[in-house]
Amino acid sequence: MKNLSRDSRHHVTFRLNGVTVEGFSEPRMLLSDFLRHEVGATGTHVGCEHGVCGACTILIDGTASRSCLMLAVQADGAEIDTIEGLANADGSFGILQQAFHENFALQCGFCTPGILMSLSEFLQDNPDPSVDEIKVALSGNVCRCTSYHEIINACIDAAAALRTSKAEAR
Amino acid sequence: MKPAPFDYIRPDSVDEAIGVLGEYGDDARVIAGGQSLLPMLNMRLVRPEVLIDISRLDELKQLEKTGSGVRIGAGVTQGALAIWVGLEPDLPLIARALPNVGHFQTRNRGTVCGSICHADPSSELPLCLALLEGEVELRSDRGARRVPASDFQQGVLNTAREADELATNVVFPAASNGAAYAFDEFNHRHGDFAVVAVAARSEGARISLAVGGVADRPEVRHWTGLEGSAIDDALNDLAWELGGNDDIHATAQYRRQLVRHLGRKVIEETAR
Amino acid sequence: MTKFAMPEEIREGDTHVGRRMLRVEDRSLLRGEGQFVDDVPVKKGTLHAAFLRSPHGHAEIINIDTSRAEEMPGVFAVLTGREVAEQTNPMIVGFENPIDYYGMAVDKVRYVGEPVVAVAAVDRYRAEDALDLIEVTYNVLRAAVDPVEACEPEAPLIHPRADSNCVSKRNFVHGEPDKAFAEADRTTELTIRYPRNSITPMETYAVLSEPNAETGGFDVLSNFQGPFSVHTVMALALRIRTASLRHRSPKNSGGSFGSKLVIFPYIVVLCVLARKARRPVKWIEDRLEHLSASSVAPNRVTRVEAAYGNDGIVTGLRLTHWDDHGAYLRAPMPAPIYRMHGVSTNGYDIRNLAVTNHIVMTNKCPTGAVRGFGGPQLYFAVERMMHKIATELGIDPLELMRRNMVRADQFPYKAIAGALLDSGDYLRTIDETVTEGGLDALKKRRDEARAQGKLYGIGYAACVEPSQSNMGYISTLKTGLERERAGPKDGAVASVTVSVDALGSVNVIGDSVPQGQGHQTALSQIVADQLGLDPEEIVVSLDTDTSKDGWSIAAGNYSCRFAPASASAAHQAAFRVREKMARIAATRLNVPPGDVEFSGGRIHAANNPENAIPFYRVGGLAHWSPSSLPDDVEPGIRETAMWNAPELTPTTANDEINTSLAYGFGFDFCGVEIDRDTGVVRVDHYVSAHDCGTILNPGLAEGQIRGSWASAWGATFIEEFCYDDDGTFRSGSFAEYLVPTATELPDFQIVHPTPHPSPYTRLGAKGIAEGNQYTTPVCVANAVADALGIEDVQLPLKPAKVLRWIGGAEPPPSKGIQTNAPAQRNPSAIEVSGQMEVPAPPQEVWDLLLDPDRMARLIPGCERLVKTGDDRFNGTVMLGVGPVKGRFDVNIELAELDAPRRTTLTGTADGPLGSSRGQGSFVIEDSAAGSTVAYDVSVELSGKVAAVGGRMIKGAARQLIDRFMRALVRQAGGGGQAAPARHRSGFLAWLMRLVGGGR
Repeated sequence: MKNLSRDSRHHVTFRLNGVTVEGFSEPRMLLSDFLRHEVGATGTHVGCEHGVCGACTILIDGTASRSCLMLAVQADGAEIDTIEGLANADGSFGILQQAFHENFALQCGFCTPGILMSLSEFLQDNPDPSVDEIKVALSGNVCRCTSYHEIINACIDAAAALRTSKAEAR
Repeated sequence: MKPAPFDYIRPDSVDEAIGVLGEYGDDARVIAGGQSLLPMLNMRLVRPEVLIDISRLDELKQLEKTGSGVRIGAGVTQGALAIWVGLEPDLPLIARALPNVGHFQTRNRGTVCGSICHADPSSELPLCLALLEGEVELRSDRGARRVPASDFQQGVLNTAREADELATNVVFPAASNGAAYAFDEFNHRHGDFAVVAVAARSEGARISLAVGGVADRPEVRHWTGLEGSAIDDALNDLAWELGGNDDIHATAQYRRQLVRHLGRKVIEETAR
Repeated sequence: MTKFAMPEEIREGDTHVGRRMLRVEDRSLLRGEGQFVDDVPVKKGTLHAAFLRSPHGHAEIINIDTSRAEEMPGVFAVLTGREVAEQTNPMIVGFENPIDYYGMAVDKVRYVGEPVVAVAAVDRYRAEDALDLIEVTYNVLRAAVDPVEACEPEAPLIHPRADSNCVSKRNFVHGEPDKAFAEADRTTELTIRYPRNSITPMETYAVLSEPNAETGGFDVLSNFQGPFSVHTVMALALRIRTASLRHRSPKNSGGSFGSKLVIFPYIVVLCVLARKARRPVKWIEDRLEHLSASSVAPNRVTRVEAAYGNDGIVTGLRLTHWDDHGAYLRAPMPAPIYRMHGVSTNGYDIRNLAVTNHIVMTNKCPTGAVRGFGGPQLYFAVERMMHKIATELGIDPLELMRRNMVRADQFPYKAIAGALLDSGDYLRTIDETVTEGGLDALKKRRDEARAQGKLYGIGYAACVEPSQSNMGYISTLKTGLERERAGPKDGAVASVTVSVDALGSVNVIGDSVPQGQGHQTALSQIVADQLGLDPEEIVVSLDTDTSKDGWSIAAGNYSCRFAPASASAAHQAAFRVREKMARIAATRLNVPPGDVEFSGGRIHAANNPENAIPFYRVGGLAHWSPSSLPDDVEPGIRETAMWNAPELTPTTANDEINTSLAYGFGFDFCGVEIDRDTGVVRVDHYVSAHDCGTILNPGLAEGQIRGSWASAWGATFIEEFCYDDDGTFRSGSFAEYLVPTATELPDFQIVHPTPHPSPYTRLGAKGIAEGNQYTTPVCVANAVADALGIEDVQLPLKPAKVLRWIGGAEPPPSKGIQTNAPAQRNPSAIEVSGQMEVPAPPQEVWDLLLDPDRMARLIPGCERLVKTGDDRFNGTVMLGVGPVKGRFDVNIELAELDAPRRTTLTGTADGPLGSSRGQGSFVIEDSAAGSTVAYDVSVELSGKVAAVGGRMIKGAARQLIDRFMRALVRQAGGGGQAAPARHRSGFLAWLMRLVGGGR
């Protein structure tokens, strides 16, 4: 049984975008704060801290989750992926990033990390989604700059490019 | 908007969890997915002394068909239920309701039991549990008991769970062959808590209807042999009986209208 | 629909301007490498701030006890509003007024969420812990919430130095409106109530402040958006030289839509807090703070009257506005209403106008800029009126609009209130939109829908889209005499610096403070065209530093300033660099400077491209060899343009003001269908056209149109900040204040009409980001009016409201059905009444109610209850439902005691979860069982729980009252385990069922 006292900071370690990171956290510290201010991975943004806006969405063990609705100590030992891990090994844009770029699918870019991570999981499970499916998938992320139309187009393009790249890999 | 301090305990077994819960009682909160609890912690609406994390207990991740129904452990996420092969054949109502429970990112962590224990009067899963007359399994150092849905949710955020009890499972009766199910809800945006949610079950001449978002908990009514305008009359009376509240999202009168409108819709759907 | 509505290229010749160049900004943002305030590393030892905020709409502060917070480990400073008032000057606004505003509450709180105490601690978690230790005693006052009622003499006065909550009232007369109304064939009027909303950027306010011993001032990093005229306001408040207030903004800001203008009071407070803590202090506003207390657009009541002929020509317009600015005015408020003054007649050739502006204070969040800045409120009134006139005359609304539009041959057109409409062909834009958008087909669709019995309507709306504000327009609020005394105010200076280094690299800095609009991209296009380079070669840095950059008071990002102003400044600066480099190159190429051209990274003779010198070589000469430069050419290459437009003149003696520099034109039409059963308004077809002159980058421009449409859709359908009559705030979370998500937003069609470039901007560009804020709400409202044949269409179009407009009485219940439907006397209160049987005689029940020791056992969660005076009790109670619980300080007073029969009870409960006030009456009568206790309780709840838990608080309160009554039954019955079932007859059973306890 793990018993962590409120009065101390406890060692937390996990793999972030394939690299082991560690830090110390009180039990109450949110994973979003730990990522940004302990680990220094500021690519993940915080927009509401009550799970509605989706800006802080990351992948935890491969599934998209709100990092503001999870404690850092709960993430101990997890595999975490964030926007910082989306680019190709050579630093060039990955497929989803490139599609966003070409479709003007971001403006201020604050909500974008959460949207990219949400769509990362969505496109894994839905290689050829319909527009309505994309809309439902996006409904857990708020963007106030665009009309989502641009993001939907980016998602369609990214899905097609992912299908092509998978076919080529075969 | 940060939580007040608490100790964090992650037991290695259900027995340990129950022991800790017995020790701390009402000073402790159990966290599984945390998708309802964390917003309340962040807003400091909830200030437990101890948080007991059961999310890693494999014992609670059982999702299985039993003799009479589907038994879902407290660690089973809504997302895991959504992709369970038995969902459509055994729990067709849940299959329809589940896409409305938050968003896929919250379903990935949020648990079925957690939603039911949170007892939001507008939530979809407690509504389904009420309509299907399911049960909640509670365990404490004092023993185990099964509480029928109609006794479990007692009011706004209020259940029959005693402070030392852990909800280990919920059991949904499996769909019966002759029954038809339907679900619908009205909300301003997809994934929001419903303004009004309704679920219906028809078998032969018997119609059951559950309504969420109007009274302080899901309310279920059963009718036999209702047809035509008698359905409208029954729905109208139910709407008035439940009353509803005014809030910034809708008026009580509008909620009653939705009971009439959506109630008719789902009952008709089960008749098809 | 197609991916992009705008053509890929809208340009003449081989320019980068007009090309859909992909965004430079994406390179960092899409990699998670943006630099928002909270991403910038801070010094070790930086503290974090949190604010204790008012749970009340209006209350006197009786006492603040911060002692426990100050003693808490990790807390470095605790600051009250009183201290801020002692150490700073009130923040000035553009006119003499009776409001002392310090950014924190002093003596009184005036809106829910107002900062009362600030804490700086080692981290945000501890800062919030410290807030829990602060005790504030309030005396709650009656609140003023409705802007029209707030102006009445009997309304509670919000600011003691004022003689009315209407702190400014101005009448404007342009032309001869009285005569026009007297002589008109017809007159009509309409009253509009435009709601409160904002666009809630995803990144909230963020401030980092550090005292600077060297300057005696402060170094501040924040996502302030300008206008930088407000920099002066902050320095004056802090009693320091403006040069001692160094303000920096990082390169990224997570949206603003106007809201980050009024972050400045927090900057002032953070400076004072940092000085007290003697450390850097950082504050990241959380979402609950943002929704309750950052900034909103003023809600407005407008009475609009029109005089018109039987031919549909509008000859006169009267506008009476009550603009609701909430609890305080913060510079440049009350700007929105004055920013639109010059275009009060929209795009119509109406020559007689009367305007009355009431600037009203209420107990709500103070206002600020919101995308559209006064336009949505104004145009909603004007365009609804045009629709109404058409309806009254029985002619097509679009035909009526056309008849009144300013014609192409009238440009530049001086509107009666002073706007100089620069260019356009409004009728042509309408024609093109109608054709391309398929209006004829839409009309057929309406006919068919109506034939099937559906509720279907078509709406139209046009707008003049102002861009680049005249910095002098707010002076229109003053009388001519006051303006004369204050000195002239006009213009709008924009600054861009272009420099070329010794290797020919081009650096651009500017004062546009972008929040996602793609300014880096557009500026690189503009400069690249001037210098014959690829935009990729140009580095644009738009983070700002007031100690180093070229800037003037108009700097910032607001009122569509970029396309007319920043783009012009960039063009001018780059043009100067070009001229200078041409002169240097000319000496090498042996041609006159005028015959030199720039292309492909080379500078060459116009008539002989072979006669060339590389661009970088000229850069090298300027830096490495000043001696080789022509005599009158300064070394180095760095040109700062401070660009201004002469058309932005001051307000005239008769109150005419050219409020903005460039005026685009927008025209929308739409078809909506309304569901009779649910009241849901569905946008079936929506077409939007914008003539914004030269388009700098169609990708960016289309993004602005789409983004504006999305937020305008939100304002039309779901977004509203709700307050109860007592000032209680109801929209405190993103589950209460609803914003559009992907599933709700319908598609719409963008029409790209023939552009009419502005003659007053260097590239002919006008703003485009606000148009749909103006047109969409009223276009949809006009369609709803058309569908339902109603006049009073109020936004947002929540289905419950629309269903009421559709009408039809609610069917009554069958006989004998007991209803739980609320019959509210006070809609903001939780009301519970009933009676129950108690197995004890009245005297025993009475004694129990008056015995604090026994009452302490009776009240669920009661930890302490003492008698503090005759019939007065004070206690501590843990109140809540389920897991939501909080400790409350409870005061109860009994009155009208008539032992043992009757008493009334008033009480308050205050704690971190909120504050509640309630009153109730208890009447005890003999009955067979012992006594019948009849109770009637009304509770008002404000603060956090009311703001975020509106869906559930009534049910929760009923649960609490029920628990109390059950305990009373138990106690009165001798304290034994009185089985609740025994007492569940009659009303209690009903009550139990109500709260879900009965089975």
